[in-house]
Amino acid sequence: MTPLEFFLAGTMSAATVFLLAALGELVAEKSGMLNLGVEGMMAISAAVGFVVTYQSGSHIIGFIVAGAAGIGVSMVFALVSITFLANQVATGLAVGILGLGLSALIGKKHESLTVTAPDPIQIPVLSDIPLIGPVLFQQNIVVYLAIVIAILISFCLNKTRLGLAIRACGENPKAAEALSYSVLKIRYGAVAFGGLMAGFAGAYASTIYTPLWADGMIAGRGWIAVALVVFGTWKTGRIFLGAYLFGMVSLGELVVQSFGVALPSQLLSAMPFIVTIVVLAIISSDRARLRLHAPYALGETYDGSEPK
Amino acid sequence: MNIVQQPLLTLSKLTKIYGSLVANDSIDLKVFPGSIHAVLGENGAGKSTLMKLAYGVIQPDDGQILWKDKKIDYWNTAVARDLGIGMVFQHFSLFETLSVVENIALTIKGPQKDLIDRIRMIGADYQLEIDPTAMVNSLSVGQRQRVEIIRCLMQDLKLLILDEPTSVLPPQHVYALFDALRKLQKDGVAILYISHKLEEIRELCDVATILRDGRVTGKVDPNETSAQELATLMIGRSIPKIERRESDHKSKNAILNITNLNVKNPDPFGADLKDLSLAVFGGEIVGIAGVSGNGQQELGRIISGEDIKGDLKSSTIEMFGQSVIRKGVIERRDLGFSFVPEERLGRGAVPSMTLSQNALLTAFKKGMLKNGFIQEDVVAKFTDKCITEFSVKSSGNGATANSLSGGNLQKFLVGRELLLEPKLLFLAQPTWGVDVGSANEIRQKLISLRDNGVGILIISEELEELFEITDRMYVLRSGRISTSIKTSEVCPDEIGEYMIGEEREGASNATAV
Repeated sequence: MTPLEFFLAGTMSAATVFLLAALGELVAEKSGMLNLGVEGMMAISAAVGFVVTYQSGSHIIGFIVAGAAGIGVSMVFALVSITFLANQVATGLAVGILGLGLSALIGKKHESLTVTAPDPIQIPVLSDIPLIGPVLFQQNIVVYLAIVIAILISFCLNKTRLGLAIRACGENPKAAEALSYSVLKIRYGAVAFGGLMAGFAGAYASTIYTPLWADGMIAGRGWIAVALVVFGTWKTGRIFLGAYLFGMVSLGELVVQSFGVALPSQLLSAMPFIVTIVVLAIISSDRARLRLHAPYALGETYDGSEPK
Repeated sequence: MNIVQQPLLTLSKLTKIYGSLVANDSIDLKVFPGSIHAVLGENGAGKSTLMKLAYGVIQPDDGQILWKDKKIDYWNTAVARDLGIGMVFQHFSLFETLSVVENIALTIKGPQKDLIDRIRMIGADYQLEIDPTAMVNSLSVGQRQRVEIIRCLMQDLKLLILDEPTSVLPPQHVYALFDALRKLQKDGVAILYISHKLEEIRELCDVATILRDGRVTGKVDPNETSAQELATLMIGRSIPKIERRESDHKSKNAILNITNLNVKNPDPFGADLKDLSLAVFGGEIVGIAGVSGNGQQELGRIISGEDIKGDLKSSTIEMFGQSVIRKGVIERRDLGFSFVPEERLGRGAVPSMTLSQNALLTAFKKGMLKNGFIQEDVVAKFTDKCITEFSVKSSGNGATANSLSGGNLQKFLVGRELLLEPKLLFLAQPTWGVDVGSANEIRQKLISLRDNGVGILIISEELEELFEITDRMYVLRSGRISTSIKTSEVCPDEIGEYMIGEEREGASNATAV
C-alpha cells in the first residue's frame, strides 16, 4: 500500500465511526430528542463490545451485545427525559458521563488487551484496481453497511410514512399527537435507534478500527458525531460527507508525520475539535438555514397530558 | 328539514375540570347530519375545551359521548377520525417544513401521486385550490386553512369541526370558506362551527348552542334571534357600544416617522420589509391591517426598538423629531414611547413573576429605585393603582402573571404602559384572545388617551377592531405597506382586497357573493 492509499483507506475506516453514531443521532434529533449522551453510549458499547468479542472470539456477538448496551443506555436517557420530562440537555450530559464512568469499570480487566480485527472483504476484480481498489473495495464489511444504512435512513425519513411521522414529532409534537400519532412511542423508538447506532459505532471503534481496549479510547468522537448532525443541517447526504471529512481530518496527524512536518502532535490531535468549533460557528450564524432544516421542537420536553 | 332524525354526535353531561376551573360543566349538545351547528361563546367560555372533548384530544372527567345514539367507551382522535369526524384547529396543526401532500400523507394512506390527484380534485370541487407540492411555510393563513379542510375532506367525512375559522381571514376568504361549508352541508355533512362572532353565526348556522363560563346558557335558532339577544346570552349583558368621535386635535408634526424601511426578515418564513414608510401624529389612532405573517412581527420589533441590529442604512426612523434608528428600547421609552407586544406571556410579562415585579420591569424609572435598591412600597402603590384603575381581576399585586386570565393580564399590561403617560403608544394585537368586556374597556381607554393628544399605532388582524377605533389605516402585505387610508372613507371589503392582493384571482368567484 502506498501512503496515499493507506491514508484514503484509513479515512473511510475512521469516517465509519462518525457516520454510524451521527446517523443514529440524526434520527433521534429528527424526532425532537437532543441526546447529548452519544459519547457515553459509544464508550460503554466500545467496552462491552470489546469484552464480549475478546471472550467469545466472535465480532458478530460483540456487535450485537454492544448494540444492546447502546440501546440500554439510551433508554435511561429516554425514561428520564421523555417519561419523567426532565430537561434533555441535562439528562443527556448526565447519562453521557455515567456511560464514560461505566465503560472504565467494564473494561478495567481488559485494559490494553487486543483482539484481531476481521479481515477486510476482498471484492474480486475491483479490489485489484490500483488506488481505487485498496481504498474502496478492500474495506471491512461494516464500512459498506454504514453506507447502506445511510441510504436507508435517507429513504425512510424522506419517502415513508414512518419518516414523516418522526419528522412530524420533531416539528410539532402537539399537532402530531392531535393526528393520533404517539409522540411518546415514536420518540422512544428514535432514541433507541440512536442508542443502537452509537453502540455499533463504539463496537466498531474498539474491535475493528483500533482493535484494543484503552480507557477513554472514544476520545471525543461522540461529540463530533453530535456536531456532525448540525454540520450536515439534519440532511443525511451532508452528514455522510461531513463524516468523511472528519475522518480525513482525524488522520491528519498521520499524514503530517509521514511528510515529516514538525507540528506539535497535541495541536494535530486537537484539529478535529478546532474544525468542529469553526464549522459550527459558521453554520449557526445563518439563522435562516437552521430554521429551515432544524427540527423545530428539538430539545423541547413534550408533556402529552398538558391541558391546552 | 327532517325532524325525526337521528343525531350524529351526542355530547351528554360532559364535564371537564382543570384544577379549580370548571372549563365545561355538564354540557349537552346534539349535532344532526346536514346542519351547521354553532357553538357561540366568548374567549374563556369553554368552547375550545368542548371541541377538544368532542374530537377526543382530551378526555372528559364526567359525561358521555354517543355516535348515532351508540355510546363510545373509549374516545380518542383515532376513533373520532375513523367515525368520520374531522377538525380544523384554530392554531393550525400543520407541519411547516413538510409539503402540503406530505402533511396530508400523515393521516391519509396511499401513494403520494394518488394523493396529489385527489387534493387537486377536491380543490376544484369545493373551490379550495391549493398546490399540493408547495411547502406549508410558503402558504398564507387562508391557504393553510384550506389544507386543513382538504385533509378532513379526504377521509369519509361525516362531521367537520371548525374552531374560530375566520378569526384571521380577510373578508373575501371568509366568503369563500362559507361557500365551501354550505356545499358540504348540501352533501349531508354536519358542521360544528365555533365562533364568537355574532353576525357570522346568524348568516351561516341553523342552530346555535351558547356557552358562558363553561355552561350552556341557551340553544337558539340564530336566524330568528337578534344579535343583541345572542350577545346577552353570550356575555350576560348587552355589548356596550364604544363611544367615539372624530379626532379633532391632531399634532402638527408626526411623532413617529418611518421612511424607506428595508429589512431582511431573520425568519425565513416571514416577509422582508420593503420600502416601508408610515407616520403617526399626536391625537390619532393609526391601524396596520393585514393577515399575519406579512411582516407584522418584524415591523413590531423595529418600532419597539427590540431589533436595532439590522442593516437600516437608507431608512429613517424618527420619534418626536429625533432619529432613533440605533436607539434601544429603554432610550425610546425615555423619549415618551411605550409599547405592548402581542405575546402577553413571555414578552409582555414574565409568566412566573408577580404583577409587582412585572410592573417594575417597565416602570422602574417612576421612582421605584433608590441607589439601585427597589422601593417595594412605590412598586406596590403603582401596581395597585394599575389593578384598580383598569379593573384587573387578580388576587392582588402578589399574583403571578400566568395566574391571570388573558383578558385581565392584557388589561394589566395596557394599564402598566398607560400609567407611564406615554406620548406615543404602540400596541400589537391589543385584544387578541381577550373577552368582549375587557376588549371594550381597553378600546375605550385607547380612545380617551387619543383625545388627550397621544399618538397610537395598532397592529391588528381583527378588522372589526380597527374599524371601531382607528382614524387612519395602512395595510401591510408581503412586507409592503399601502398608502394611508382614512377609516371613515372605506369599508372592510375594500381593506380586505388590499390584504389579499395578488391572491385575488383564485378567490374572485367567491367575492361576488
